[in-house]
Amino acid sequence: MSVVVEGRNILRDYHIAGSLTRPAKTVHAVKGISFTVERGKTLAIVGESGSGKSTLARIVALIDQASGGELLIEGKPIDIGKEKLTREMRSKVQMVFQNPYGSLNPRQKIGDVLMEPLLLNTDTPASERRDRAREMLVKVGLPAEHFNRYPHMFSGGQRQRIAIARALMLNPTLLVLDEPVSALDLSVQAQVLNLLADLQEEFNLAYVFISHDLSVVRYIADDVLVMNRGEAVEQGTREAVFADPKHPYTRELFAATPITDVEAIRARVARRAAMRAAARA
Amino acid sequence: MSILTIRNLTVRFATSTGSFTAVDGIDVRVDKGEVLAIVGESGSGKSVSMLAAMGLLPDTAIVTADEMTFDGQNLLAMTPRERRRIIGREITMIFQEPIASLNPSFTAGYQIEEVLRFNAGLSRKAARARAIELFNQVGLPDPEGKLKSYPHQMSGGQSQRVMIAMAIATNPRLLIADEPTTALDVTIQKQILDLLIRLQEETGMALILITHDMGVVAETADRVQVQYKGKKMEEADVLSLFENPKNPYTRALLSALPENATGDRLPTVASFLDSEVSA
Repeated sequence: MSVVVEGRNILRDYHIAGSLTRPAKTVHAVKGISFTVERGKTLAIVGESGSGKSTLARIVALIDQASGGELLIEGKPIDIGKEKLTREMRSKVQMVFQNPYGSLNPRQKIGDVLMEPLLLNTDTPASERRDRAREMLVKVGLPAEHFNRYPHMFSGGQRQRIAIARALMLNPTLLVLDEPVSALDLSVQAQVLNLLADLQEEFNLAYVFISHDLSVVRYIADDVLVMNRGEAVEQGTREAVFADPKHPYTRELFAATPITDVEAIRARVARRAAMRAAARA
Repeated sequence: MSILTIRNLTVRFATSTGSFTAVDGIDVRVDKGEVLAIVGESGSGKSVSMLAAMGLLPDTAIVTADEMTFDGQNLLAMTPRERRRIIGREITMIFQEPIASLNPSFTAGYQIEEVLRFNAGLSRKAARARAIELFNQVGLPDPEGKLKSYPHQMSGGQSQRVMIAMAIATNPRLLIADEPTTALDVTIQKQILDLLIRLQEETGMALILITHDMGVVAETADRVQVQYKGKKMEEADVLSLFENPKNPYTRALLSALPENATGDRLPTVASFLDSEVSA
């Protein structure tokens, strides 16, 4: 099995400048996290707001620079703070963001959205760029005729398909997905999750999947990393983490997640009925 | 005994391309002391139908209904002045974005004392004392200190607690919560839902919970109403709905939940949608 991305003790500090009334301080957003993701596999990073999961995602996506530790893409160490990111590296790692309303330029036609990564990172001629963009539209389940349309003409789920298509234009090996379905309705969420599963199979993609939704994670992940306040409190295969969560925070997270289990509903309804009867008596 | 009854509610918006029907002949009934969940995806008209009942829609909305009564009083025949005696006192509402719902320029204390003075008729001093009591009741840490806090100094969960305190300040008989936990983390969501249910049980008020989240429905509701594109698809008590959903849309929605996945692909609502959407 080939490892696509490996993080070794990744750190990220943010320095907040002081002022007359406030001393400068340092926030440790990511405190030494290690992980590996193999081809065709999904690592889900779970956490609540402020856990540092998005910061870690940005580091893995080569958008943000780590303050310490090592990041290896296909075995090659990379530090975007020291050297300029090559076109080749940019092609290997791509990102999909949470909000498909914010991540597409409203004044750019869909065709141009999809062709831009090729224009910037490759020497593909214009006619081939156009053909590949049309093919990709079809691949993510949109008609090729939508090429000349603007983002506002699409629904949230369709926009997320476009964002995924854009990320795939450079044939990446790793896709970093930051809460890709949390802005979508349940029915659309299922379609996008299925699409991601199809694409992963077809292109043998590695996914780093950031999410706060445990039911989505349980469905999509091979490995799970639970973050809390910048630390990896729990790490393991999906089966191990869900069957037997070790850390108290993971257990708290599981306990807080609403479940739609019929027996649990039956017990709750019975408790409410008993309480009502007691109030009447 | 029903506290709010709405029959055949239709809400249309006048748009540049003609009129758009957001709510299409919906009935809503909530009994005293009951938790009703209205569940639907975006565009199902779940929020709009409740905003219509509250009279909070803009002038571009055309609201018609055969009946709209609160505790036997006809809301449709009321003057705006009469309506305001009920809205904000007997029926109150909380919203999705707690931080945006509070006025950033005033302290939490100022805002809740305003409610207490104008809607509950308390004196300045009595309002302060009651505000502290309410902040205690909704589980805010350091209630007296929180009176002097501005919204930006509080977390999302704390802001939602302030909103809830304001909403129960007048001892309403119906609280409408529109996606009250959607913007919050899952551990905070649990605390807020537990708080709402505890307050409902303590005060005996009716609670309408508008949500898109089937998990939230499962953990809070007595009765559920499923809406899709402005129409009511199904209404059932919570156990029957999850155990034996009657409507194809409800069934599709439940099977699209990732936790119900059986194979390696999720069933989608598309098969249901295909028969509904021609575009």
